[in-house]
Amino acid sequence: MSLAASADIEKKPWHRLDKLGVLVAIIGLAGLALPFALFRANRIVPGEGIGIVGSLDDGWSILLIAAIGAALATALVRFRPIVKLAAGFLALAVLAFAIGAAASHLTPADNNYARVAPGAGFWLLLLAFSLMVTDALTRLRLRPVWRVALLAIVLGAIGLILWSGLWSNLSLLKEYASRAPAFWQEARTHLVLAFGSVTIATLAGIPLGILCYRVKPLRAAVLNTLNIVQTIPSIALFGLLIAPLAWVAANIPGASNIGISGIGIAPALIALFAYSLLPIVSNTVVGLLGVNGQVVDAARGMGMTDRQRLLNIELPLALPVILTGIRIVLVQNIGLATIAALIGGGGFGVFVFQGIGQTAMDLVLLGAVPTVGLAFAAAVILDAIVEQISIKGRGA
Amino acid sequence: MIEIEDIVKSYNGTTVVDHISLTIPPRTMSVIVGTSGSGKTTLMRMINRLVEPTAGTIRIDGEDIRDVPAHELRRRIGYAIQGHGLFPHWTVAQNIATVPKLLGWEKSKIEARVDELLGLFQLDPAQFRNRMPHELSGGQQQRIGVARALAAGPNILLMDEPFGALDPLIRAKAQEDLLAIQRKLGTTIVLVTHDMEEAIHLGDRIAVMDKGKLLQYAEPAEIIVNPATPFVADLIGTSDRPFRLLSLTRVGDHVETGTATGSPIAADASLRDAYSDLLWSGRTAAPVTRDGQAIGIITLAACARMAARPQ
Repeated sequence: MSLAASADIEKKPWHRLDKLGVLVAIIGLAGLALPFALFRANRIVPGEGIGIVGSLDDGWSILLIAAIGAALATALVRFRPIVKLAAGFLALAVLAFAIGAAASHLTPADNNYARVAPGAGFWLLLLAFSLMVTDALTRLRLRPVWRVALLAIVLGAIGLILWSGLWSNLSLLKEYASRAPAFWQEARTHLVLAFGSVTIATLAGIPLGILCYRVKPLRAAVLNTLNIVQTIPSIALFGLLIAPLAWVAANIPGASNIGISGIGIAPALIALFAYSLLPIVSNTVVGLLGVNGQVVDAARGMGMTDRQRLLNIELPLALPVILTGIRIVLVQNIGLATIAALIGGGGFGVFVFQGIGQTAMDLVLLGAVPTVGLAFAAAVILDAIVEQISIKGRGA
Repeated sequence: MIEIEDIVKSYNGTTVVDHISLTIPPRTMSVIVGTSGSGKTTLMRMINRLVEPTAGTIRIDGEDIRDVPAHELRRRIGYAIQGHGLFPHWTVAQNIATVPKLLGWEKSKIEARVDELLGLFQLDPAQFRNRMPHELSGGQQQRIGVARALAAGPNILLMDEPFGALDPLIRAKAQEDLLAIQRKLGTTIVLVTHDMEEAIHLGDRIAVMDKGKLLQYAEPAEIIVNPATPFVADLIGTSDRPFRLLSLTRVGDHVETGTATGSPIAADASLRDAYSDLLWSGRTAAPVTRDGQAIGIITLAACARMAARPQ
């Protein structure tokens, strides 16, 4: 650092403050003030908020407050990103440990009805430190491979905590414990809905995109039609499909045997497929149109046939844009698949809607948390793939 | 030999190439010059059927090009364009190997050919083979573009403004390299440019086009001395005529006996460079060397004589 710059900072101390760190600190302080855990006599009555001091043994609670305070202070000052990343992850680990300990501390012995859930304070602290970590990661500009590796480490750590039983007194895991077989059944359905619809949409969308690219008059018509589909509200689309599919199941021989019916997984898959087409088709068209004209001209001039040009030049160069379309759709469908439960399609949405019906927020979370985690992981992995491919074909 | 016979191209009633006939002799470099929109690129692109003519015939060595499938015709004709059009996701070696691979050459033969071409363009194969196009300088990219066009050893090479994106120094070097390679390989080259200077420097023959019509097709000296129309004269630039004429002649062809002092001039330099050197150094004559050996002198008077309009 030059002398002039350091002198400048000495003159204006607030220059050493990290702007995002201020936000992190404000959210964190609010988190400290609000209840850390929520105690309920059973799973549906309103809870009673308990601060950090009440949630843990006195010694531990002082230690926790000190640790959070230190992490927030680190957020406020302009340290190097790697320092902030370490502090953020450390704080998240401490939080994960503390909420498990709080649940064990607050749950009365031999009481199967009492529930301890994370309180608003915990969620705000989680938000604050997640913000700190994501900001540090963005500034570090990690290579794609390292980002995926980091994701694997975080998922591994969460898996380890679950396996160790540290969180088993939390209400969310108590809901899970009484529904484990159903949970994994719905998880499978959710994955089939999200990945299945994206796979079918990719298999149909890329050829359709290529066709739109090659046949110009078709382009506007197809893209506009898909645009209209995209604007139909999702619940309405699920509902609209019930009648025609029920008719197909009833009137076309063999249709019901392969699983087609008015409600269930078939209309859910079709609706998710319909939503996926526009991003994939339009990104394919945009990606192909974006290939440098000179490169295409050179490929023709060298004597490549249309097919050779498409497979060797145009598609590989358009791939990052096409994959971005698939990424958008995959993350979108992992979320949208929750609504499939409304028409009997299954998936994590089953717990969400059951939870709403029973006013059992823990059950809602049992559906929502894995959905968010799945979407997040899919986004990180596909972003990394897109970036890796773009690095390889740079200069297009 | 490329025979273009009464060729026409029109788009929606607008004629871009208007009844052009010309014959390009084998082993020569013909340069098509014109302003943008003159139809020069369209004319060239009809030779490898990137553009299909509305009417007329093009024959290569007596064979009508419509008798061959377009992609097969193109594999027999080299094609290099402005900004090189290298495939950004392929290495230098993969780029050069494009046409040999399309023709189904054996792997070992392709590898040998890639190294041979890199050597021909003064690029060390070990160093450049596995680089990606974006890791090369503009001049290197341009050379790879031409090397790729020559990879399968075509008799004909089409070049669309190949030096358009290069800065002047690299451009001059690239032009010299192209002349040397053309002499060495004996390729028939058709080159499109908007730059008359480049046309005079490179072309054995120059075709001047304007608004889809061929105004004149002749050797550079003829075009400079007897421009067919005022437009051709304008393209040459009246005040530049004597110097353009000088640039066509080599010092070695006008050496006189005698002695002179000062720095020598190379025999393969153009008279224009010699004239400029003499004027600048204030001499009336300079010694001429070929391969380091003194072979005589070049005089200011000889330059001036050659710059005058031939009678």
